[in-house]
Amino acid sequence: MSQPHDQFLADATNATADAPQRDFLRKALGGYYNSRDTQKARYRDWEHARDAAALAKWNAVNRLDRTLTTFAANFERNGGKVHWARDGAEARAIISQICREAGAKAVIKSKCMTTEEIHLNDALEAEGYGVVESDLGEFIQQLRKEPPFHFVFPCMHLKREAISDLFTKHLGTAATDSPEELTMIARRHLRQLYVDADVGISGANFLVAETGQVSITENEGNARLTCALPRVHIALAGIEKVIDKLDDLAVLLPMLATAGAGQPMTCYNTLYAGPRQPGEPDGPTEFHVVLLDNKRTALLADPEQRDALHCIRCGACLNVCPIFKNIGGFAYGTTYQGPIGSVLTPHLRGLKSWNHLSGASSLCGACTEACPVRIDLHHHLLHNRRNAALAHASWFDRIFHGAFGWVIARPRLFALGGRIFRQTLPLLRRLPLPYLTTWLRTRDLPEPPVRSFRDEWKGSKR
Amino acid sequence: MRVSLFIPCFVDQLTPRVGLATAQVLRDLGHDVEFREAQTCCGQPSYNSGHWDVARAGALRALDVFRGAEVVVGPSASCVAMMRKFYPELLAGHPRLAEAKDLAARTFEFGEFLVRKLGIEDVGAKLDAKVTYHDGCHGLRELGLREEPRRLLRAVRGLSLVESEEAETCCGFGGMFSVKFPMISTAMAQVKCDALVRSGADLVVSSDPSCLLQIGGYLTREGKAIRTLHLAEVLAAR
Repeated sequence: MSQPHDQFLADATNATADAPQRDFLRKALGGYYNSRDTQKARYRDWEHARDAAALAKWNAVNRLDRTLTTFAANFERNGGKVHWARDGAEARAIISQICREAGAKAVIKSKCMTTEEIHLNDALEAEGYGVVESDLGEFIQQLRKEPPFHFVFPCMHLKREAISDLFTKHLGTAATDSPEELTMIARRHLRQLYVDADVGISGANFLVAETGQVSITENEGNARLTCALPRVHIALAGIEKVIDKLDDLAVLLPMLATAGAGQPMTCYNTLYAGPRQPGEPDGPTEFHVVLLDNKRTALLADPEQRDALHCIRCGACLNVCPIFKNIGGFAYGTTYQGPIGSVLTPHLRGLKSWNHLSGASSLCGACTEACPVRIDLHHHLLHNRRNAALAHASWFDRIFHGAFGWVIARPRLFALGGRIFRQTLPLLRRLPLPYLTTWLRTRDLPEPPVRSFRDEWKGSKR
Repeated sequence: MRVSLFIPCFVDQLTPRVGLATAQVLRDLGHDVEFREAQTCCGQPSYNSGHWDVARAGALRALDVFRGAEVVVGPSASCVAMMRKFYPELLAGHPRLAEAKDLAARTFEFGEFLVRKLGIEDVGAKLDAKVTYHDGCHGLRELGLREEPRRLLRAVRGLSLVESEEAETCCGFGGMFSVKFPMISTAMAQVKCDALVRSGADLVVSSDPSCLLQIGGYLTREGKAIRTLHLAEVLAAR
C-alpha cells in the first residue's frame, strides 16, 4: 500500500467517525440541491445544454494544438504576453521571474486552483514575497494554513463561529455570527492590500481563442480588483481552459454557475483582453498568461479519458458525491477533491500512488449524472482501476481474482464452494478472514439457507 | 415467452427466495421459465477491481451459457448492467463482440422486463405494507429505471408507497468497495438507513439484492424494525 493510500484510510476513518461534521456538510449541500434544481428548471432542456457544453469543450480540447496557438496569437496581439510551462517547476520559475522583474514585494491573488496544483504560494513566500489570498474562502483557509476543503467552496466545512474566532485571533476583530459582518471584516482588511500589491495573480475559467480574452468568473468582485489595481497581472491556467469562440461562453457560463453553485449566473463574469491600452485610465501595464501543461498532454493522449480535460471545475461532482459528503475534502489529500480529483490525480501524480482514490468509490454514478460537460467520471474510475491492475496488481489481488475466475468457470465447484461457505459460516464468522470479518464488523449477513437456488430448482424439477 | 433466468451468484447462495419469487411471478404470467445451471457469476467483482481478463473470461462463459436464449431476465439491476453495458465494453475489438451486443439486447432487469418489454404493471400481487423504494445505482443510472419499479409497486393491492429522502443516494455497497473502504461504506449505509427509518415505511424494497445485503445487514445490526424485501418477493406475494 502506498503512503497516500495509508494516509487516505486513516483520514477517511477519522472523517467518517465525525458524525456532526458529516451532518453539517450534508445539510450545507442540501441547500445547493434545491437552488440547483430551481435553476436547472429554467433551462428549456438541461440535457441538451449539457450536450452543447460538452461539444464546446470537445471542439477545443480535440484541436488543442490549434486552439491554444490561436489564443496565444490573439492575446499577444492585444498586448499580453503568453508563457508556456511544461510543469509546476517551470510555471513557478516563470511567475517568480515576472515578479522579480517587476520589482514586486507584495502579491495579491484571486481564487485559482491551478496555483494550488503547483504550490505557488509556498514558492513565492520562500522567495520573500508577501502573498495574500483575496477570495473570502481562500483568505480564511490561508489564515488557517489549510488547503481548500472543496475546490469551489474552500471553507465550506467551517461554521460561522470558527470563522469569527479565526478573525478575532488574526485580525483582532470582535466576535460576530453575521455572515455579512464576517465578509465586511475581510473586505476592510483586504482593501488596502489590493492597493499595496505590485502583482495580481488570478486563474482563468476560460481562455477565448477567437478574441484572445481571459474569462474570469467570481461572486465577490475580488478578482476584478486583483486584475485591475496591481501594475502587473499574471493569469495561470491549465492548457485545457481554452475554448474556441466567445459564443461558447453563452452556454458555459450559465452552466458553470448552475451546476456548480445553483446560481443562474455567477455575480461577476469578466473578460480581460490584455494590459491597459493607450488612453485607458486603469488596468495593469503588463498582463501575462502562463499556460500550464503538467501532464495534461499525457491525458490528452489517452483517448479513453481525454474528456476529463473538459472539466470546467464547477464542483458539481463533489456536491453530489456520497463519498465526498462522508469523508470531506481533506481526506483526498489532493488539489482537486471528489470524483474529478479521483479521476485526474492518478494522471497528474502517478497511478501507482493514487489509484486508491479510484477504488474509494461505490461507482454510483451521481457524479457523471451531475457533470455539465458530460465527463464519464465513474467509468473513468473503472478505467484507472484496470490500468492499475495491469501495471501493478498486488500478489493478494492476483491470487484472489485468479482463484475467483477459476471457480466461476466451474459450476460444480462453485456450487460446492457455496455449500461449504453456507454450512461453515457460523465458524467462519469467528475467524479473522479478509473481507468477511471487515463486513461483519458493522453489518450482518442473512442467515444462510440450507439449500441454494440451484438446489431448490433441481428439487422442484424432480 | 421462454425466459432464461439469470440468478446472481450471491442470490443463488444467500437469498434463493429472490430467485424463486422471480421465477414464480414470470410463471404466473404464463411464461416458460428455465434456469441454465452452468451459470455462476457474471464477473463483476473482478471487472470492478480492474481485473478485466478474469471478467472477460466470465463474459465469454456467459455468452456460451445463454446462447440461444429468447430473453434473459435477472432480479438484479447490477448484474444486468454488467451484461448489458460492460460486456460489450470488455469485448471491444473481440471477435465475439457482436454476440455480446446481441445478448445485451436480450437481457432485462426483472422489473424492466415486466414494464418495458411486457407492458405489465399489475401482476396481481397483494401485500399490506407501507413501502419505500430504494433506487440501486446501477438500475437508476446505468439502466435508466426510475418509474418502472414504482409503477409495479403502486399496482400491488394493500401496498402504500412512500418516498424516502436520499432515495437516489447510494447505499454504500459498491461490491469490493464495501470491504476495502468499510468506514466509508458504513457511513453511507448509515445515511441511507436513517432516511429509510425517517420515511416511516415498514419495508424497504429494491431491485438490487446487493443493495439489500448492505441495507438489510446494517439495519439488523443496528436493531431497526424496518425490513427489506426484493421487488420480486413483493410481486410474488398473494
